Amino acid sequence: MNIKHISLLFIWLLISKVAIGQQVEVVKFDAIKDLLKNDSKNVKVINFWATWCGPCVKELPNFEIANKREGVEVVFVSLDFEDQLKKVEKFVKKKGLKSKVILLDEIDYNSWIDQVNTTWSGAIPATMIIAPKGTHQKFIEGELSSEQLDKALQKFL
Amino acid sequence: MKKLTLLTISLSLIIFFAGTTKKAGYEIGDEVKNFTLKSVDGNMVSTSDYGSAKGFIVIFDCNTCPYSKMYQDRIMGLDEKYATKGYPVLAINSNDPERSPGDTYEEMVSYAKSNKYKHAYLYDADQSVAKNFGATSTPHVYILQKEGEKMVVSYIGAIDNNTKSAKKADKKYVESAVDALLEGKKPTETKTKAIGCTIKWKAA
Repeated sequence: MNIKHISLLFIWLLISKVAIGQQVEVVKFDAIKDLLKNDSKNVKVINFWATWCGPCVKELPNFEIANKREGVEVVFVSLDFEDQLKKVEKFVKKKGLKSKVILLDEIDYNSWIDQVNTTWSGAIPATMIIAPKGTHQKFIEGELSSEQLDKALQKFL
Repeated sequence: MKKLTLLTISLSLIIFFAGTTKKAGYEIGDEVKNFTLKSVDGNMVSTSDYGSAKGFIVIFDCNTCPYSKMYQDRIMGLDEKYATKGYPVLAINSNDPERSPGDTYEEMVSYAKSNKYKHAYLYDADQSVAKNFGATSTPHVYILQKEGEKMVVSYIGAIDNNTKSAKKADKKYVESAVDALLEGKKPTETKTKAIGCTIKWKAA
């Protein structure tokens, strides 16, 4: 491989990285269980959403702002179907989402909704805020304005 | 100081219990009052109109939610299968058309027409029925059973356990519940959950 090839490869990698944007990992519920434990130093904000959900898409920017705060880590859990992964990745790229995005592939909803929170009806958007080491948590169903999210976060920071 | 501590404790207790007050809405076994809503055929429809019905499959539904659309055939199928057996489907749209422009009464009329709805599709203009029921999402099912003069909630939740594919659903919650009621039994599974669209509430 000569220099030209290497530099071409480098350019290709650079372009593809930009073009692909964030890769969205497809996960099973075990991964969510781990997230809910929040074995980290940061306040974790887990937002359940989908590309087809209007109120969810509307509130995404508020979470992006929260993700920039010191000690706060936002994870977007997409409930789009697994075969919509490309659409989700395209969406994430278009919106330039910096928070981590994963796609939960668990169609048997009734088997896991209560494990997130027993008060959750299953309507999205829904948000769970978890203190470091999972010492306490707050679950909120419904769309959050920037102020509402800030107020909820205040109690964790 | 002691007094202050006591006051603090009682105050926090009050706040604690105020925060855990029972959520509004029906639970299994609760009695449901008759309700009357405007149907897409232009008539007012009341649960008391259905003299021969043994109960109802009430489904909070709408024109616009992708999950409602995925369940549309199954909802029509439920009415086809169970209306003649005494459990007609009453689909109720409670979305605020201000927030969800595709859910006006006029849109409902044309949506029901183009999709050839045979089941009742009712407009909950002031959202009072959804509030009384405690419905949160679409599609959200409440199976009501008549017990003499009373209507009692016998199932709350999802239609089945696979939104994406009716074929792959191996737990048909609503069918199992209605089948049980038709045999004079109690449904084995009375409460389930599913991901759905939030009902678009009017701004407070």
